[in-house]
Amino acid sequence: MPDQVLFALEVTINGLMAGVLYALVALGFVLIFKASGIFNYAQGVMALFAALTLVGIMEGQVPFEHLINATFGTGIHGFGWQVPAILAIVLTVVVMVIFAWVVNWLVLRHLVGQEPIILFMATIGLAYFLEGLGDMMWGSDIRTLDVGLPQGINTLVDQVTFDAFGYGLFIDNLDISATIIAIVLVAALVAFSQYTKEGRALRAVADDHQAALSVGISLNFIWVLTWSIAGFVALVAGIVWGAKSGVQFSLSLIALKALPVLMLGGFTSIPGAIVGGLIIGVGEKLFEFWVGPLVGGATENWFAYVLALVFLVFRPQGLFGERIIERV
Amino acid sequence: MKTLLTSLALGAALAAGPVMADLTFPSLSYRTGPYAANGAQFADGYADYFALLNARDGGIGGERINMPECETGYDTEKGVECYEATKDEGDGALIYQPLSTGITYQLIPKLAADGIPMHTLGYGRTSVSNGDVFKWIFNYPATYWDGASVAIKYLMDENGGDLSGKKIALLYHNSAYGKEPIRTLTELSQMHGFEFLELAVDHPGQEQKSQWLQIRRERPDYVIMWGWGVMNQVAIQEAANTRYPMDQIIGSWWAGSEIDVLPSGAGADGYKALNFHAVGDDFALYHELEEHVWSQGLGAGGGEHAGSVLYNRGIYAAMIAAEAAKKAQEIHGVSAIDAAQMRDGLEQLEMTEEKMAELGLEGFGPTFSASCTNHGGSGRVAINQWNAGDQTWSVLTDYIQSDQELIARLVEEDSTAYAEENDIAPQCE
Amino acid sequence: MLYREAGDFKTSYRADSQTFPIRLDRWAYYAILAVAIFVVPFVIDDYWLNAIFLPLLIYAIAALGLNILTGYCGQVSLGTGGFMAVGAYSCYKLMTSFPDISIAIHIVISGLITAAVGMLFGLPSLRIKGFYLAVATLAAQFFLVWLFNRVPWFYNYSASGQISAPERTLLGVPITGAGTQAWATYLFCLAFVVASAWICRNLTRGSMGRKWMAIRDMDIAAEIIGVNPLRAKLSAFGVSSFFVGISGALFFAVYLGAVEVGAAFGIDKSFLILFMVIIGGLGSILGSFLGAAFMVLMPVLLKNVLVGGLGWPTDLAAHLEYMVTGGLIVFFLIAEPHGLAQLWRVTKEKLRLWPFPH
Repeated sequence: MPDQVLFALEVTINGLMAGVLYALVALGFVLIFKASGIFNYAQGVMALFAALTLVGIMEGQVPFEHLINATFGTGIHGFGWQVPAILAIVLTVVVMVIFAWVVNWLVLRHLVGQEPIILFMATIGLAYFLEGLGDMMWGSDIRTLDVGLPQGINTLVDQVTFDAFGYGLFIDNLDISATIIAIVLVAALVAFSQYTKEGRALRAVADDHQAALSVGISLNFIWVLTWSIAGFVALVAGIVWGAKSGVQFSLSLIALKALPVLMLGGFTSIPGAIVGGLIIGVGEKLFEFWVGPLVGGATENWFAYVLALVFLVFRPQGLFGERIIERV
Repeated sequence: MKTLLTSLALGAALAAGPVMADLTFPSLSYRTGPYAANGAQFADGYADYFALLNARDGGIGGERINMPECETGYDTEKGVECYEATKDEGDGALIYQPLSTGITYQLIPKLAADGIPMHTLGYGRTSVSNGDVFKWIFNYPATYWDGASVAIKYLMDENGGDLSGKKIALLYHNSAYGKEPIRTLTELSQMHGFEFLELAVDHPGQEQKSQWLQIRRERPDYVIMWGWGVMNQVAIQEAANTRYPMDQIIGSWWAGSEIDVLPSGAGADGYKALNFHAVGDDFALYHELEEHVWSQGLGAGGGEHAGSVLYNRGIYAAMIAAEAAKKAQEIHGVSAIDAAQMRDGLEQLEMTEEKMAELGLEGFGPTFSASCTNHGGSGRVAINQWNAGDQTWSVLTDYIQSDQELIARLVEEDSTAYAEENDIAPQCE
Repeated sequence: MLYREAGDFKTSYRADSQTFPIRLDRWAYYAILAVAIFVVPFVIDDYWLNAIFLPLLIYAIAALGLNILTGYCGQVSLGTGGFMAVGAYSCYKLMTSFPDISIAIHIVISGLITAAVGMLFGLPSLRIKGFYLAVATLAAQFFLVWLFNRVPWFYNYSASGQISAPERTLLGVPITGAGTQAWATYLFCLAFVVASAWICRNLTRGSMGRKWMAIRDMDIAAEIIGVNPLRAKLSAFGVSSFFVGISGALFFAVYLGAVEVGAAFGIDKSFLILFMVIIGGLGSILGSFLGAAFMVLMPVLLKNVLVGGLGWPTDLAAHLEYMVTGGLIVFFLIAEPHGLAQLWRVTKEKLRLWPFPH
């Protein structure tokens, strides 16, 4: 095969993998939007917060260490123990569930029935709050997150393709594990929403709030449930992205990579998030590969949005979004 | 409108901070935001050095040091607010060191108008090294263009003095900071006949797969990296993932600290970076810091980052400010100097081996002497290499002299353009 | 008692649609304007100017602009930062290309250029609605920032891509550059703010504004009764971008003096201005001012209280600042989802009836 084809193939495969990473973040948005019509801007910060909490627990860090030391003049420096990854993940999930409950109790309950933009704004307030809280609880150092995901070039693929074509394709082990995690996660979500009572209740609420209420489904419970699941998805995204680039402030900016995915796939569709992620991932990587060098590179950020925009002009509700029916 | 007015009134009452007649060295630091981890280490070193002078010597020349800290978050607007809030503190701020290229550009005309000097230690606008045009701004001991030139010189030495036919890529932060070395490297590529490849990474730089795949395809012989913050960790990680040889990457001095390489673990072994000061904590000064600052609980951040590259850079920045203040006291014969006298001190500052040894910082930085025209120092830069086994940086080379002829020409071009745009008459005549 | 009109005796449409129907309001407005023009310039110092007044005034213009688009015409935009960048870079190119023309004219032309760019990026709004549009405007945001960062012509081929405002004067008084006086730049910006608010108020209560509001309330219904959605939406994008462009030009030329596009006009800016509009009140001129005041003053106030007043370490104070700002946004939304302006409107209603509420 000629080199250019091989290169393009490599870029495409890596684009698909990147797309999976974007889709992981987008999933959390979709879950909340579907169940409650809230565009949850805080999803990215939730991923950061979850990852910070996970690292903090694993390393036996004392929450609010810096604050306590500054206020009481003490010299606390960690509990001095290490928590195994599995246990720490369970504890972080507990934290995210508590967070979901608090958010519902303090914020959402009071804003039922408001316009979407007001709810959107409230989640921005939440994002601010969580950003400050995360830094204050766990400090703003860069932390490495190691839950045992392999990283680095996959030697098998490299070797096989090198023998076959004379150019070893690069595929990152972390991306492979991320893909597996994403598949498991989506399967679990589908199974949950199809085969459990709570899952069906969730879908009922997503279809029609009032009808769901009238058959005795507790909206409060469903909202806490949705936010908990979104918190869990945020944790998974936080783990994968944290393993990739360290756990630090910029992790919250991954939300920006998820927005074009959402636009393309539709805000209300889980398959849309996956397919949208893949299209965006491949599209921006291929554009950077072919056109990038001609215009000076760093095109990925805007090209993802422009790509989504072009799709939207033809399908204003996104690829898999619910059809917009307008009546006067 | 009413809430507005009340909050304004309240703000006014509180904006008036404590007033002290000390030597004021404001620290525009950032311990939050996307570059918090880098900024905090520098700020700790900066604060600890002044804390040491206060605790051990009672300040500089008998005058105590007041160091108001102001959080900028690497944000230009907050930087302006911080500047305005601190410039009149005490008897007026003596010097600014904002550790941000954006804030530096913003402050250059303001400081010249207000008559307060600024020292940008290895960052900011490179052409301020022409003191003829930039009277109030200093950037010794070395500039970005020196750094780029030294990196190429080092590579020349590695290759027996010939780089022709080689391919060198620059992976840079797509901002004012990252673009600085491009012009120098372009000139150098024409001069030495190597192929030059530019790869931009957008802020914050978490996704660099495209760039590294391109590097994998193009196989440049060397990669020079001008990164900051999370971009560095991701780049080094991706380099390790794609098996790009670590010892063929040279980072700028802002891409050469522990936090950049530690996340990649053993994969980062052999990574090289520029630096213009020493690494590690094997200096007499550190014993004094332990005795007078950390053990007394006066250390910023509890001395946690002591000995790290960025902490040392903070120490170095504070040391230059303190030495310039001493020089100013010496020139003008007063201990309570003002900003204009401080500027004279900066301009006549001379850093010699003896002086550094005397301070307990033997061989800490290159020697240089400033003058009215030369605000950029000697332009000598060393190469460090990361050893992942014992997690230390080692110094690979002596201080290498940059290509002065080329850089002088580039500085002349850029600063003349600035002078013309802003009607500045050369001051050194 | 004090604060009310006695009955509804209006006999003309003109009187009915006046901006300040209550005399006390009108006086308060003139009093504030008088203080702003005749008192503040004499007492203002550099700190108050650069930390409070300039950002407040400039953000107020941007918020006014966005409020026209989002509050009056119902099109959520997250491209404000990018449009401000268009204003700033147009202003820079104009200032350096035609140094002899007055800076005030440059700023207005920058606004017009931005208006054209805004209308171009407003085209998708004819097809895309709601949050999809909000995200679509991010395409403008990212593309424009990339463009100004990438094409050297925009920054006159300088080495680092930064643009710096050279000194320009108005009637012999320096307005941009380093040698400015606090009062001069303050008054210069104030003039733009007053003019913008006046234009906005009159546009929104005229036929154009009513068309925008019809589109906002239900665009299909508006189309049926004869509002042309193309013209209404594009004019909203144009007018909105005009003001955003002016604020961008002032932000660069007068306030900061030197900017780097990625840092100064990034996505954060778009969000910040959207916050101002929502917190202040969608579809309210006063709301734009209140929102800008809230988002500008809140952090400065908190910082001064925590660091200056209580002596907290700066990093903890900054973290707490985030938490308090976030908490307050949520609190205000729960207390009054329609923003600070609505809060004021409710207070006013109460005041009118005081002390004898039914």
